[in-house]
Amino acid sequence: MARPTASSASGILGWLDQRIPVVDFWNTHVGQYYAPKNFNLWYYFGSLSLLMLVNQIVTGIFLTMHYSPTEEGAFASVEYIMRDVPFGWIIRYMHAAGASFFFIVVYLHMFRGLMYGSYKKPRELIWVLGVMIFLALMAEAFLGYVLPWGQMSFWGAQVIVSLFGAVPYIGQDLVQLIQGDYLPSGATISRFFALHVIAMPLAILLLVVLHLGALHEVGSNNPDGVEIKAKKDSNGKPLDGIPFHPYYTVKDLFGAGFFLCIFAFVVFFQPTFGGLFLEHDNFIEANPLVTPALIKPVWYFTPYYAMLRAIPDKLLGVMVMGGATLILFLLPWLDRSPVKSIRYRGFWSKVLLFTFTASFLILGYLGSQAGTDTTTFISRICTAIYFGFFALLPFVSAWDQPKPVPDRVTMHD
Amino acid sequence: MIKLNLQFAAVVTWAAAAFGLAAGNTAHAAGAVCLPFGDIQADATNVDTLQRGAKLYFNYCASCHSLQYMRYGRLAQDLQLSEDDLLKNFAFTGAKAGDFVTIAMPKGGRGNPPGSQEWFGVTPPDLSLVARSRGVDWIYNYLNAYYPDPSRPIGWNNLTFPNSSMPNPLWELQGIQEHVVHGHAGDAKSADAHADCSPSAFKKVSEGSRSAEQYDKDTRDLTTFLEYVGEPAIIKRESYGVWAILYLSLLTMLFWLLKNEYWKDIH
Repeated sequence: MARPTASSASGILGWLDQRIPVVDFWNTHVGQYYAPKNFNLWYYFGSLSLLMLVNQIVTGIFLTMHYSPTEEGAFASVEYIMRDVPFGWIIRYMHAAGASFFFIVVYLHMFRGLMYGSYKKPRELIWVLGVMIFLALMAEAFLGYVLPWGQMSFWGAQVIVSLFGAVPYIGQDLVQLIQGDYLPSGATISRFFALHVIAMPLAILLLVVLHLGALHEVGSNNPDGVEIKAKKDSNGKPLDGIPFHPYYTVKDLFGAGFFLCIFAFVVFFQPTFGGLFLEHDNFIEANPLVTPALIKPVWYFTPYYAMLRAIPDKLLGVMVMGGATLILFLLPWLDRSPVKSIRYRGFWSKVLLFTFTASFLILGYLGSQAGTDTTTFISRICTAIYFGFFALLPFVSAWDQPKPVPDRVTMHD
Repeated sequence: MIKLNLQFAAVVTWAAAAFGLAAGNTAHAAGAVCLPFGDIQADATNVDTLQRGAKLYFNYCASCHSLQYMRYGRLAQDLQLSEDDLLKNFAFTGAKAGDFVTIAMPKGGRGNPPGSQEWFGVTPPDLSLVARSRGVDWIYNYLNAYYPDPSRPIGWNNLTFPNSSMPNPLWELQGIQEHVVHGHAGDAKSADAHADCSPSAFKKVSEGSRSAEQYDKDTRDLTTFLEYVGEPAIIKRESYGVWAILYLSLLTMLFWLLKNEYWKDIH
């Protein structure tokens, strides 16, 4: 598409701008991108997700220089990184703890979307792309977790890959195709390595570009759920909007600094986070002959793992677990409320969101514990609540009486 | 403002809960494990402790248990010893500074000359990462929880790690302590036998070359050495962390001031 006017920039920028639209790009996405001025704490987690993506890619590049994707070398090469590679331990801890921090900020980012109705029209596609990023991220994290080839890597891979065996007719063939063997082995490591460092990161990067592209087309939501484009000044700029740069670049810089202080604390003082971020059993090399007493995924998968365990039938369990993530895609069309933000929704909408969040957290806890009859029972209730949220949302959102929404955004600080 | 504070409080509460979960979780074998002697407050940055622990390790452990990811040269560097001194005192196998700490004991097994398989039933495990997989509290308690048990093939049992194939390597230092079964005399295999998980489960029956206090300190030194071996970076990790966080805090404060400067005209 030809641009209406020639570039106003001169010098190197002008030369560049006549050949590729750098100024245009900057203005569309940063300099003249108007964002609501009332973003609160929850709005840090988007840029922090991007920060963690960069962290994972940069530290990951250095790890691939020293890691050996073989059955004989994988575990020892991680210890080599931890001991013999200069500053290798910092890089590895940043990558391992980084995965957990990535999920922390992504979960909070998603919860923000739930609270303020950021998935509602016209932002359905942003939400759909976001859920796709979430799914890709889970695949990426699982693949990466197998690579250090500790006991939990092996047995985690064994459990998760065997889930594909529940697929009727082709299940066993599918499992062998994924593993490249009858058990997780060297063949599994090398293909998971390829997927972890090339395939999934490419997919995630593409999805992130699309996620942001879609966001900048329709504009950001805000804690009030008010469309700032509805009220513009004489220049056609939203009255409640401020240019992303410099306002949100400096604000997000502060957020990033604060976040990195916490991140650095964990990396340097609690790198395994008491076995939550780096599990104790994973410091034992993979051994197909010794099954660990408790096989459990890392904390960010435990809510879904609890659902899987709660269902007595394997195929049904896999479908419930998969369904729990896929159902997120439908959210924009299940919510029929006339208002976006939880601030102006009725009492029962708040109860619904709170119960859903609580059930998810309880499932996360139960999924990290050894299963008993009691935990299975509670897991079933929480799984029912999880799906109940999506089943009841169309009715509660349509029937619950919302409060009046202000014309303009409100400022709290 | 109030709303923002509530949200901030929620995040802080969440973070505090998570940190609380992480703290105090240093013994991590699955299931109920008996740790009668409690926690060890190991300080792996103390070079004297590490040197004493290394001496004990190489005198009492290293003939059976390798440290396959630990190099002699790195040990010399971190323990502040010369490579020559370290190799002369610790490397009984003619190893060089770049070599890993391995053992000379043959593995045995079918078709091989007799070795650890025949002598102990299993090859003694490598201990490079035992402090990371079992936790330091477990090691410390394990070293203190041995008692003679004639029902075991090797003659010893352990309250922290029941029915292991390992005889007490430090009995000359510790002496011998018997397991006292309160109320249920005789049957050491009954479920009640292990009910008492405290120092009172043991009764000293013969003195070793070290007093009780000295032996306790020995096992702390040895455990701390294994913590260092599990993660050699531990000796500088936290001191680096102080500088990293100091730097990031200053940077964050600057960003805060910058943000406020830009935002003062937004209402």
